[in-house]
Amino acid sequence: MVKKVLIDPVTRIEGHAKITLHLNDDGRVAEARFHVTEFRGFEKFCEGRSFREMPAITSRICGICPVSHLLCSAKTGDGLLAVTPPPAAVLLRRIMNLGQIIQSHALSFFHLSGPDLMLGFGAPPTQRSIFGLIEKRPEFARDGIRLRKFGQQVIERLGGKRIHTAWATPGGVTDPLSEENRQAILTDLETADAIITRTLTAYKEMLPRLQAEVNAFGQFPSLFLSLVTPEGNWEHHHGMVRVGDATGQVLATFHEREYARYLGEAVEPWSYLKFPYFKEAGYPQGAYRVGPLARLNLCRRIGTPRADAELIEFRQRCGAVATSSFHYHYARLVEILAAVEWLKVHLDDPRTMDRRVQAEADLNANEAVGVSEAPRGTLFHHYTVDDHGLLTRVNLLIATGQNNLPMQWTIRQIADHFLRGPELTDEMLNRMEAGIRAFDPCLSCSTHAFGAMPLHVQLVGSDGKVIAERYRGGGE
Amino acid sequence: MSVRTFTLNDQLITAAAGQSILAAAREHGIAIPTLCELEGLSTVGACRLCLVEVAGSQRLLPACTTEVQEGMTVVSESPRLKHYRQTILELFLAERNHVCAVCVSNNHCELQNRAVEQGVTHVRFDYLMPTLPVDMSHDRFGVDHNRCILCTRCVRVCDEVEGAHTWDIMGRGFQARVITDMAEPWGDSTSCTSCGKCVQVCPTGALFDKRATAGGMVKQPSFVKVLQHARARKESQ
Repeated sequence: MVKKVLIDPVTRIEGHAKITLHLNDDGRVAEARFHVTEFRGFEKFCEGRSFREMPAITSRICGICPVSHLLCSAKTGDGLLAVTPPPAAVLLRRIMNLGQIIQSHALSFFHLSGPDLMLGFGAPPTQRSIFGLIEKRPEFARDGIRLRKFGQQVIERLGGKRIHTAWATPGGVTDPLSEENRQAILTDLETADAIITRTLTAYKEMLPRLQAEVNAFGQFPSLFLSLVTPEGNWEHHHGMVRVGDATGQVLATFHEREYARYLGEAVEPWSYLKFPYFKEAGYPQGAYRVGPLARLNLCRRIGTPRADAELIEFRQRCGAVATSSFHYHYARLVEILAAVEWLKVHLDDPRTMDRRVQAEADLNANEAVGVSEAPRGTLFHHYTVDDHGLLTRVNLLIATGQNNLPMQWTIRQIADHFLRGPELTDEMLNRMEAGIRAFDPCLSCSTHAFGAMPLHVQLVGSDGKVIAERYRGGGE
Repeated sequence: MSVRTFTLNDQLITAAAGQSILAAAREHGIAIPTLCELEGLSTVGACRLCLVEVAGSQRLLPACTTEVQEGMTVVSESPRLKHYRQTILELFLAERNHVCAVCVSNNHCELQNRAVEQGVTHVRFDYLMPTLPVDMSHDRFGVDHNRCILCTRCVRVCDEVEGAHTWDIMGRGFQARVITDMAEPWGDSTSCTSCGKCVQVCPTGALFDKRATAGGMVKQPSFVKVLQHARARKESQ
């Protein structure tokens, strides 16, 4: 008899989702599905609004990565104005994105996944949260909170507030960086540097003990997609889009305006999230992974000395192309170090402090595509506007959407590995959630950063009847 | 100049004959909330936010259009007035689509400020959520009818100060809409001088500079008073 296992909601991710596992007669997983149960409708209700409002509107999609949408939307606006923002504006946008990468990666690693990594996947659910972490590993928890605070302060020092600033606009940014704020970031940078250095060391010591997870948490060959510089190096805001495979072969390198030629979007009736894929490889084989793992897999080097040394070590430990999704955690830490080093480079660049930060222009194009690396992956905004700049079509290709199929495959692999018959242990359920968490999916603004979430699991027979049911209580 | 003496909130106040309760109160540092009123423009009593209690009258009267009478007793702050003012503001917020978070006037909006001052924490009415257009046809300015509260400041400043009378009102009741010329796109208006006065006096983000970002529109409506004063001085010379 076919059975179905349901995990609803998936906890400690950003947003609302559930997992269902369809089991076949011998209790093995026949199919795994990660459902996004929220419906937002941004692409539709933005129609009729001005493209100049889009950085502010789309940044409201999320409270964790508002900066990613803000910058991507402003870049798309640059395309509609057909202008190149002043060099200072580009550097300042980069600085904000680095701050964003640090704060979001810190949240994912320390607050959301830290409890699993530090307290164990089988720790009691009541302890497996940031609060349990504060109790058991206060120095680790404190480092995470401090590092996230640093990233948030970079954003605040540029944009005036930590969440939902409207500082980036089509053509540039609204305000330059003050010398006082530049100094403040440079001063705090030292603390951030110390934290990421010791965290990387600690993680590398821990990694050999996590081999079971490395092998089961989404260990499969797949395509990868990320931005790279024209030289093929690590990039997070400008550059070209690159698709590569698990053997390290580059399959395509293209400008973001050509994204629709290379990337398709499939729709499945059971999820509100679309399923993007690399057209040349077809659906679903063309599904690709984005985010820190993809960025490290596709770049030749990062461009700063210590991050480059870490990248070499990362490849020694995880393979020339890291194929286990568990290594997203490791990649995240390497990227935090990269961001810390790049911040220093940009803040020392005299062009950063130039007062001219806005290119003035009217609408010069009716269609534009913008791209930027959100912490969790490549983000595309595609706008079509009428002659007055009012949006007639909006398409947003979000990082988590692009990781959609790889997340399904990851759940399937974990379930295959850890699920034994109809017995649903708490640890097994948490491992499946942790597999999702490795991707740091961002499904909406609502962060479920608290460990003891209600978890509803159902075993459903092929006739739709509930055979077994388990409910894990808790508060939000 | 004949003088009128009246009581406002138990305080004896002297005003010039023909002066409104609002103007007299202001002269004596007593604040009465307003939205449609703007010094330098004619008063229309449209928003009803400045309603006050006048002894002997069953009805509440707008302070901006009610002249001071000798011996009248006026109350500008009471639980009853607070209730009415909150209700009025809630109706404003429910009538169109006021999404403060992404509005150009966020943190600099008179409607938002009044709502905060009057302690509006919830809107008790169902939102009408009308489908209203945004007109970005003008070279420099935009109009978003979703944020318009029909205060008619734009209509008055364009007619009384600029003398162009580009703006007017079309329709009745909650279906009323500010229009340019004969309800044509603003960019097609032949009477508009693109002076931008309407944008500066608009109390919300309904009229805005096209390049403004969320929260980036800080308006300077006080120019109307200065301009009117300068003109009066020139005419008297």
